[in-house]
Amino acid sequence: MAVVETVLTTDLLIQARNTARRQKVTSVIVPIATAAALVALWQVGVKGFGVPTYIAPAPSDVAATFVDKFPLLMQNFWPTFFESVAGFVVGNLAAILIAVAFVHSRNVERAFFPIAVFVNTIPILAIAPILVLIFGPGMTAKVVIAALICFFPTLVNMVRGLQAVSPQTLELARILSASKSEVFWKMRLPSSLPFLFSALKISATTCVIGAIVGEWVGADRGLGALIIDATFNFNSPLLYATVLMSSGLSVLLFALVSLTERRIVRW
Amino acid sequence: MESKETLVGQPVATRDLPAAKLSGATVRFGTYTAIEHLDLEIEAGAFYTILGPSGCGKSTLLRLVSDLIPAASGEVCVFGKSTEEARLAREFAFVFQDAALLPWRTALENVELPLEIGRKRNVRIPVGPRNPRELLELVGLKGRENALPHELSGGMRQRVAIARALLCQPKLLLMDEPFGALDEMTRDRLNLQLLEIWRETGTTILFVTHSISEAVFLGQKVIMLSANPGRLREVVDIELPEPREMKLRDTSDFTRHCAYLRELLETC
Repeated sequence: MAVVETVLTTDLLIQARNTARRQKVTSVIVPIATAAALVALWQVGVKGFGVPTYIAPAPSDVAATFVDKFPLLMQNFWPTFFESVAGFVVGNLAAILIAVAFVHSRNVERAFFPIAVFVNTIPILAIAPILVLIFGPGMTAKVVIAALICFFPTLVNMVRGLQAVSPQTLELARILSASKSEVFWKMRLPSSLPFLFSALKISATTCVIGAIVGEWVGADRGLGALIIDATFNFNSPLLYATVLMSSGLSVLLFALVSLTERRIVRW
Repeated sequence: MESKETLVGQPVATRDLPAAKLSGATVRFGTYTAIEHLDLEIEAGAFYTILGPSGCGKSTLLRLVSDLIPAASGEVCVFGKSTEEARLAREFAFVFQDAALLPWRTALENVELPLEIGRKRNVRIPVGPRNPRELLELVGLKGRENALPHELSGGMRQRVAIARALLCQPKLLLMDEPFGALDEMTRDRLNLQLLEIWRETGTTILFVTHSISEAVFLGQKVIMLSANPGRLREVVDIELPEPREMKLRDTSDFTRHCAYLRELLETC
């Protein structure tokens, strides 16, 4: 009896493991296959209907340009990268500090939260020229625009995160006669981390958008400037390659934040 | 220890003092009266369970004793001190209904938390005879020191919370339905474990529950409160053979106590 049961369990285990492996493989293959099929469809469509390259380049044209113009793309990649990362750091740091102030004092929140909401309602495209006028055509304006776009989601999430401590945890803190700063460092700050990382993942992609919009308004370097340049010269393959490059940057930053999150937020 | 004569101004031995003494204590939340004129004396070293219909202020009573909420009028003393002084001296510990563990800390780090609070401010932290590791062993969690709370079952989390509460060797342990969310088998096992801890540490326990059999099984005395507003109904002595064992529940004495409390509860 026992032997039969053992054999049966082992069989079931192997079956379960195989199913799990198959599911894992499927979950990787399906999205890749779908993307590849769409690219193939695009290639066939553009070539088959003879669409002119300046209207819509075929994936093969884009790939060729990507390889040919790689030095040019990289030359414009780095300014955008630095602006995005600097904006990410500045915007999120400001949001975190202001969130701490909000949680610390209801009055500060009452005074400044409406202003934060107001600034957030101004379209980034409208505020970008203003900032370029103030800060000039250099990198500063782009960093500020990228920072601004990161600011609001992090502020809102961080305030929620800092308040996400359960009432019983706060009662525990009181029983232990914890000081305000102990409650902050040992309870509020750690419990805000999952919220903070949700916001950081949003801003990892949006900070690139901020930097590029800043470059549109006035810049001679950067992926944004290259996009404008390629558009006005009807150089569609270069335009597509640049767009690919900028989403690549977003994906890179997003992946970095996700990896950091996985290492820090283990609960 | 028989002699209770002490000179005026000299400290009185703690065990002669009641663990908690409430005189005419009233608690109000706005216009709502949660507890009205409560007189109660908790004898040091005893195991008290608190029963009563919902809304009778069971949890409020614990929160009043532990200085989480103030009394609107009347007086509350813990070992002869004000509740605030007792809190600052860590004379009591609290075990909540949900374990209130910090999810980013391992079981061991959660037990160590009370040592970290106040360390930088040079607060004198009383330390019991057992270190955090030994406490986890005491509650039967040896080997799970590095597990995060989400990797533990509800019963295990509650045991971590108990180990944390025992760290500063409290003379009074306040427990607010600590096993309320657990299944019956886990609850039975933890009840036995808690009795063992109580006998070994000699601490006073105030244990809120809404299970009559749990109240009888654990308590030497059952404090029955009545609702709207919360008042003391009766303190019932539970005279059952010690140490208490599971099979005690099948005896007629046990059933008799339960029946009495059930009847009493219906009139509260």
